[in-house]
Amino acid sequence: MWRQGVVSVSFLAAIALVLVLNRRAAGSGDSSVEPRFHFTNITAEAGIDFVHHGPTLDPKLDDIAPLVSSLGASVTVADVNDDGWPDLYFTNSRFGYPNALYLNRRDGTFVDTARAAGLADVNRPGEGVSMGAVWGDFDNDGLEDVLIYKWGYLQLFKNMGNLEFKDVTEAAGLRHWMNANGAVWFDYDRDGLLDLYVGGYYRSDIDLWHLKTTRIMENSFEFATNGGKNRLFHNLGGGRFEDVTDKMGVGSTRWTLAVAAADFNGDGWPDLFLANDYGPEELYLNDHGQRFVLSRVGLESDSKSGMSATLGDVLNRGRVDAFVTNISEPGYLFHGNNLRLNFLPELGRFQQAAEGVVADAGWAWGAQLGDLDNDGHNELFIVNGYVSGDRDRSYWYAASKIAGAFGPVFEDARSWPAIGTASLSGYERSRVLVNRGLAGWRDVAAQVGVTDEYDGRAIVLVDLFNRGVLDVVVANQKQPALVYKNTVAPGNHWIAFKLVGTRSNRSAIGAEVTLEFGAERQLQIVHGGVGFASQNDRRLHFGLGRTGRADRVVIRWPSGTVQTIEHPAVDQLHVVTEPRPDA
Amino acid sequence: MTAVAALTIRERSRALWTRLGQLDPRWLVSFLITLVLVVGEARYGILGGYDRLAVALGVCMATELALSRWLRGRFANPQSAYITGVSLALLIKPRVDLLWPFALGGFLAIASKYVLQYRGRHLWNPSNFSIALLVLAAPASVAILSRQWGNDLATNAVIWCFGLLIVSRVRMLHITLTYVACFVGLAALRHWIVSGPLLAEIAPITGPMYQLFIFFMITDPKTTVSTVRGRIIVAAAVAVAEAAIRLAGDFHVAALSPLYPAPPILALAIVGPVANLIDLYRADRSGRST
Repeated sequence: MWRQGVVSVSFLAAIALVLVLNRRAAGSGDSSVEPRFHFTNITAEAGIDFVHHGPTLDPKLDDIAPLVSSLGASVTVADVNDDGWPDLYFTNSRFGYPNALYLNRRDGTFVDTARAAGLADVNRPGEGVSMGAVWGDFDNDGLEDVLIYKWGYLQLFKNMGNLEFKDVTEAAGLRHWMNANGAVWFDYDRDGLLDLYVGGYYRSDIDLWHLKTTRIMENSFEFATNGGKNRLFHNLGGGRFEDVTDKMGVGSTRWTLAVAAADFNGDGWPDLFLANDYGPEELYLNDHGQRFVLSRVGLESDSKSGMSATLGDVLNRGRVDAFVTNISEPGYLFHGNNLRLNFLPELGRFQQAAEGVVADAGWAWGAQLGDLDNDGHNELFIVNGYVSGDRDRSYWYAASKIAGAFGPVFEDARSWPAIGTASLSGYERSRVLVNRGLAGWRDVAAQVGVTDEYDGRAIVLVDLFNRGVLDVVVANQKQPALVYKNTVAPGNHWIAFKLVGTRSNRSAIGAEVTLEFGAERQLQIVHGGVGFASQNDRRLHFGLGRTGRADRVVIRWPSGTVQTIEHPAVDQLHVVTEPRPDA
Repeated sequence: MTAVAALTIRERSRALWTRLGQLDPRWLVSFLITLVLVVGEARYGILGGYDRLAVALGVCMATELALSRWLRGRFANPQSAYITGVSLALLIKPRVDLLWPFALGGFLAIASKYVLQYRGRHLWNPSNFSIALLVLAAPASVAILSRQWGNDLATNAVIWCFGLLIVSRVRMLHITLTYVACFVGLAALRHWIVSGPLLAEIAPITGPMYQLFIFFMITDPKTTVSTVRGRIIVAAAVAVAEAAIRLAGDFHVAALSPLYPAPPILALAIVGPVANLIDLYRADRSGRST
């Protein structure tokens, strides 16, 4: 009898333990951490009044319109007038609603100059609506050009100077209809000219305003391959591009939401990392600029819902790691984010290291790695939330009904239950995760003043006011943009680099900068688009902690040139021009 | 083929069929769940990590062996613990970094057989109890099976064929068919009430959660009532309870929202023990053995 009693007590204790452990897993924030930085929402003071508007689509999609039209808010950073102050470009996604180019007035405020620049009125019937943009000097004339990717025709604008842009899409050979949600500039063949990779989401034969069929959705919740074909455009020079997708073997038809480029395996050639919705991530390894090979590094069987391809050196190992956001919803789905530590050179694979607050950030979208407190380690800022409708009506149950259907049923939008005014992972709070190295990550969002519940999509890190700290700008879906000004407690030092290519592309996209300071070593890369629908300040910002010492900087330019700078001065921006061979 | 050869094949098939019927049902069920496990893992990586399987299986089997020896003085056949362990590994999908749901879930599943008893019989199917408890008590940590066989018709067909074959051999086909018929009929009714797409209402039964439910859980001989008629009524009652949960979900009844992630499992967790209690009570009154 007493034995039965012992078993019964153990049984009850196990139930109690379930409750305790679940409570711990549900815990948000960590008051034991005292962050040394704080964000202030200065959106209004800065003169940023951008509000995103989602697309209105074919009435055949009305039942699930809030789901389908939940993309398009993007933000990118570029110094469009080359004055040394970063400017911001936001995309809109409804016909007749303009994109915005906020010029930095150097006094803490911005002014929208998109209309005068010719970059506002791009969302038009027959042409499509904007989903994002990437900046890069494709013609090496010293001015930042921009590609706008759309659900519709791609548009390439050449920067003519004096804040004027010219649509050169047709002449460049880029007038292709794609339902694209991600793109990246990179120089895959290292010829000094920026090439372009664009990720397709819906198939490119679909016009979302004039549907011939409602069979446009994914054919599997986790292994869909009926998305839009990605395309690689080779820069031929002279303002012309050539579609080399099939020749180079990078025409994935998974539902690509984000694209990033970096040399993951250390062979000197930039590879392509894709975050795919309804499917596994993909890493295309660059074979000396001659072709790409879809790698088998353990990504192929780990199928989730990749949203953002965020790259950075997570543990100061001098390696580029990848953080990919996914979906977590209590009770329904724990796809969980992936933090993939790069062990390709040694082991030929990534090591999944996401746990706790890193793994679960709700329905996560854009994310960026950057040193927010200048302590020498990268923090992680994640925005999230899918559809914020009625707070007391959730679409999750309805979504769970259709998610298990056979492919032919699943891919037909008419089979999906109507969402009405319900929410789907709406009103989620952003996450700000402090990096404590091997001690793990702590969520300090509320403590540092990040309390908004908008449906965040894109996020960028940028030193908006040239103060030596990383500020944050967020583009929210169908909601106002946010500008968070960062205040870092005194004591920590920093150093930043702006790179100018000569033999390499002038934007220096693809350049790797490794900073050695004390016992630490951190790698950063100049990106031509990273995260989700975003592009950070291309000036590379390193925190140095309290020591205030930078021992050595090693710059590996895309051309292959390696440049070393010993003991650069700290607490300042260094403009570094790529040395010419005879220099 | 000659008529003699055809006859021989027919006779051999019949002999095999008869022999299958004489096997301990747990062997057939073990085979089926292993098939699901192997196909699901090979094609779709359904486990999400072998450590999950190892923990769930290890804890279930260790708990079964330990408790049976300690409480009953003999080691129990570990087959049902194997089935429970694999079911747990397949059906619960916790946050990626958590293993404790498999450990605690495995312990609770097996221990429930020894604790939640009435007149020497356990009332809940072990995995049903454990999963229902985890879904209700630990929603921030545990979700129900989210991998979908790639939404692939062929994989579904294989599982359904073997599943139907095996439940017919263990003489529980009437439960499966009753439940499926009721589910489809009630899906049509829900479609009529909520005006949603009919296919969306029927779609869930094509998913792997339902396959595990209708072939392993609702048909568990140890936790079904004693008569064929009773089992048919219980299967129908489970389907009705599930439809009620689903309708509440369609109408966003907030108080019942914890039930929405796993309607069939929670419906069985509610109806099953009540039916077993009634069955045991009736048997007791009539002096009949269950």
